[in-house]
Amino acid sequence: MPQIIIEHLTKTYRISERDPGFAGTLRGLFRRRYRRVEALRGVSFSLERGELLGLIGPNGAGKSTTIKILSGILRPDSGLVTVDGLVPFEDRRKHVARIGVVFGQRTQLWWDLPVSDGFALLRDIYGVPEQRYRRTLEELVTLLRLEPLLDQPVRQLSLGQRMRAEIVAALLHEPAVLFLDEPTIGLDAPSKLAVREFVLRLNRERGVTVILTTHDMQDIEALAERVIVIGHGRVLADGTFDLLREAVRETHLEVPSIEAVIARFYALHGAAET
Amino acid sequence: MSAPAATHAYIALFVSRFQLMLQYRGAVLAGFATQCWWGAIKVMILAAFYGAPAAAASAPITLSQAITYSWVGQGLLTLLPWMADPDIATAVRTGAVSYDRLRPLDFYALWFARAAGWIAARVVPRALLMAAFACLLLPLLGLAAWAWQPPSAVMAALLFAVSVVLALLLSTAMVMLLNIGVAALLDAAGLNALAAPLVIIFSGSLLPLSLLPDWMQVALLLQPFAGLLDIPLRLYFGQLSGPLAFAGLGLQAFWITVLVLTGRYWLARVLRRLEMQGG
Repeated sequence: MPQIIIEHLTKTYRISERDPGFAGTLRGLFRRRYRRVEALRGVSFSLERGELLGLIGPNGAGKSTTIKILSGILRPDSGLVTVDGLVPFEDRRKHVARIGVVFGQRTQLWWDLPVSDGFALLRDIYGVPEQRYRRTLEELVTLLRLEPLLDQPVRQLSLGQRMRAEIVAALLHEPAVLFLDEPTIGLDAPSKLAVREFVLRLNRERGVTVILTTHDMQDIEALAERVIVIGHGRVLADGTFDLLREAVRETHLEVPSIEAVIARFYALHGAAET
Repeated sequence: MSAPAATHAYIALFVSRFQLMLQYRGAVLAGFATQCWWGAIKVMILAAFYGAPAAAASAPITLSQAITYSWVGQGLLTLLPWMADPDIATAVRTGAVSYDRLRPLDFYALWFARAAGWIAARVVPRALLMAAFACLLLPLLGLAAWAWQPPSAVMAALLFAVSVVLALLLSTAMVMLLNIGVAALLDAAGLNALAAPLVIIFSGSLLPLSLLPDWMQVALLLQPFAGLLDIPLRLYFGQLSGPLAFAGLGLQAFWITVLVLTGRYWLARVLRRLEMQGG
């Protein structure tokens, strides 16, 4: 049985709007106007234990919504989700103890605390036994070359250093599943390489199931055997990286750009969309 | 996670926030200076008030008690629930609150432990400095009449200590209501402005509650804010002693329970909406 199952997931947000300018503000005081945005319109896929899945698609396609539902932060309107048999938003506390999550655009470490204090607090929050914690920390810190940074407050880290610290923070309780939402966003080339290399090892050597979203095709090429293209809240393609390459062969690029891939699949599904 | 492990997690959250807040020494010293200044002004006003013989004779507490009340009140000023926890307000605004949802802990207790650590770290250094100033330094300077007097008895001191711990929990439960309000409304400033006048009058911070009109006394003692400062001080002076002392502590415990249950119910509703709307 697959470790992660998602079936016919739908999610709609209600976004409040108002006309621009002062008149619009006044009108907004009396009558609220809402627009419904369909973030997910029936997404289905499943994942076996130990798979590494790349999720790509333009901004607003539904990638982050999918990750948030899988993490138990959001509740879908309809559809079925289970991770290791648990429904994330129903069995939240049990579920989140078994997963690790990194949101590339946000920080989970305490800004004014030294990195190592933040890690120690996470150890206590997840109730990781001391010996096990030391072993895991040492291993992660060595692999991600974080040793010299442990005594620095988080606010003094560079983005690349912080992202490596974030990844360690997400793994201290040795989760079986890791969700990475744009883990390489804004990183320079060496930092990206370090993150990729590490995620790959984690997946290959430890068998951790990984889902990552990205806008960087090189992330996908380096990491994911399986890629899902999401657009307009639907799964547009689900297959190997080679399949993507095949689909955009006529562009004659060595590594197809993410825009080309997305545009290609949008075109393929264009008739169905509008 | 087992119950003791979870308790350990909440204590770690409390301690970590406490330590973090102690880093900000400049804020402590600035706050302390202001509180000495206000304390001195209040002491002078009280002295003028007690200067009228009719007032002094009919007052339920002596001038020396009223002066002590002011110094203790200034020392414990940051124990009061003046505003929502700024960290939680920031987390709600930036969306970092998602990470709080990822912790395998009870969500209310997670925020409660953090907020309690925040309040405790703000109050402990200020209270110690104020005690050193008003209780030790003033008598040494020959101003014993204007000083913070020791408690009426050892028992009173013990009851006061227990009551201050309950006041911390009560204050945290009130700050939690503000926190949840911030999560619901995404704005902290308005709520904080609403809380301050209620707190300053009804906790006794402005004026000891027993100096307010007689016909209000029962209501003043029963309302939740009295447990923040006035009840601890009534225990300190021995105004509440014997069975009444335990009634005072019981009243604090009662309001803590009511406010925690209210907060939990409200938080569950707000979180449900955030889960729907994508916070």
